[in-house]
Amino acid sequence: MHATSEAAGMRIDTDLLREVEQFIFREARFQDELEYDRWEALWTDDGVYWVPANGDDTDPTKQVSIIFDNRARIATRIKQLHTGKRHSQTPPSRLRRLVSNVELLGEGDDGQVRAGANFVVYESRERGVTLWAGRSEYTLCRTPDGLRMSYKKVALVDNDRALYTLAFLI
Amino acid sequence: MTSADLANRWDSLIEPGRVHGSLYTDPDIYAAELERIWYRTWVYVGHVSEVPEPNDYVLKSIGPQPVIMSRDKQGQIHLLLNRCSHRANLVCDAQKGNSSAFRCPYHGWTFSNTGKLLGYPFNSGYDGTALKSELGLGRVARVASYQGFVFGSFAQDGPTLEEHLGAATDAFDRLVRLSPTGEVELTAGWLKHKVKANWKMLVENETDGYHPQFVHASIFSVADSGIGELYGDKSVAVCRDLGNGHTENDLRPEFRRLDQPLGWFGTDPAKVPGYVDQLTAVHGDNTREILIDGSPHVMVFPNLFIAEIQLFVIQPLAVDETVQHVTAVQYKGSPDMNRRMLQQTIGSVGPAGFLLADDSEMYERNQRGVHARTPEWLTIKRGLHRERRDENDHVIGDATDEVPQRAIWKHYRSLMEGQ
Repeated sequence: MHATSEAAGMRIDTDLLREVEQFIFREARFQDELEYDRWEALWTDDGVYWVPANGDDTDPTKQVSIIFDNRARIATRIKQLHTGKRHSQTPPSRLRRLVSNVELLGEGDDGQVRAGANFVVYESRERGVTLWAGRSEYTLCRTPDGLRMSYKKVALVDNDRALYTLAFLI
Repeated sequence: MTSADLANRWDSLIEPGRVHGSLYTDPDIYAAELERIWYRTWVYVGHVSEVPEPNDYVLKSIGPQPVIMSRDKQGQIHLLLNRCSHRANLVCDAQKGNSSAFRCPYHGWTFSNTGKLLGYPFNSGYDGTALKSELGLGRVARVASYQGFVFGSFAQDGPTLEEHLGAATDAFDRLVRLSPTGEVELTAGWLKHKVKANWKMLVENETDGYHPQFVHASIFSVADSGIGELYGDKSVAVCRDLGNGHTENDLRPEFRRLDQPLGWFGTDPAKVPGYVDQLTAVHGDNTREILIDGSPHVMVFPNLFIAEIQLFVIQPLAVDETVQHVTAVQYKGSPDMNRRMLQQTIGSVGPAGFLLADDSEMYERNQRGVHARTPEWLTIKRGLHRERRDENDHVIGDATDEVPQRAIWKHYRSLMEGQ
């Protein structure tokens, strides 16, 4: 991989940036609008979905995480939501998230793109409103169907504190 | 309301088959619980593996009270209140670390990790040195541990820890027996899950064998799990009153009937050969039975839930706010088993867990529901007609019965009425 945007004034591939932004915005909309299957289809077959706890760089094979899903577990998560008996999302949270500060972080010869973005999610449930803020980092792969996620890490600002239930897709 | 008023009220709030809704919502009752339960009885605080080296410390709690668990250079464990004896600032703000002393950031007062006041800047400002011996950190009056689990009691006197644990000591023995070294370690960090619910909603749910088939139907169906059947109408598992408010879902009768080593963990010995060899080296011919019986499911009153491969610590913060801390059990020296227990824990529990997110939703709905004016009471009569006693004279019931809830409230009442 080589850096595409780290150095000030360096030319960036604006076409690629727009493509990545559109991917991330679409992912956000699928999450907010409970388009579970379309969200799941954004993953590669070896996707890893990680939401660390107690810091942003723990070792998920040694320390607890809020989510650490391999592809099979992502599928289980979606199936559970589809049962209609996932009580913590029945009724589902009302959600809208703002995604910003989208950056290209690196590009590999194999067509993989690393990108980062900040977000704020406004969640409304019977309990009340909960705000979730953090940074997502992606590894995106180019496939015949367009970009797909092989890795998404969500570093919540509050991940070292006690959190309310987080049963929607973050 | 005065404490005398409260003392006369328990009769009218707690009956053998029902409890009054105000027990979950009344701030005066919550305040009384802090004094009579949380600041008096033995409460679980931490595990020795969280402070393995001399001068290690970690921040813990007893209900809303901030507690520093420290190990001094001789190896003794102390439970200190995180409050400077000068102007009440927090003397320790790191979640964990290694230090022989804590220095208050406000005026520089310094305390040893045994709680002793070591010194203060510009000491001519005080008349003599008498202050030093008087003004140590506050401390939890009694500290004791069982199988590495450290408990604290703010009461100077009272039952010993082993008296308090009583029959529940067996749960700790069974838990550590599954570790080939006979030791567990709580080194995987903690998920902290906050709910808008009274702490007793959580305590009662931990050994409620009636809810899994309903609350967790979604994950049992998509993951093809057999857990739901353990708590079904056909299950030969039992629930048990262990005394002193400690309660159990004892799944061993069902596991023995199924006769599958490691079936309790949803795996089989071929998947974790290293672990099975280690355990066999220690337990020989008994290994198979140990692996069939599995790990305990016991709620140690008031705040430690031993949930097979997880440990939960319940921390009340207000009458309607509770934090549930949870970690994966790790067997000292068994990496293959530990990896699996950690990954299963991450999937199941915490804010996004396949199981606990839904339990937590239930706690919060209970808490909202209990504000409705009628029928005022919560019913805990399930299995009252089929209660029986086991060979140790403990009251037991069928897998889905409310023996545990009745046991919790009986003990609760005795504590709240006590002088």
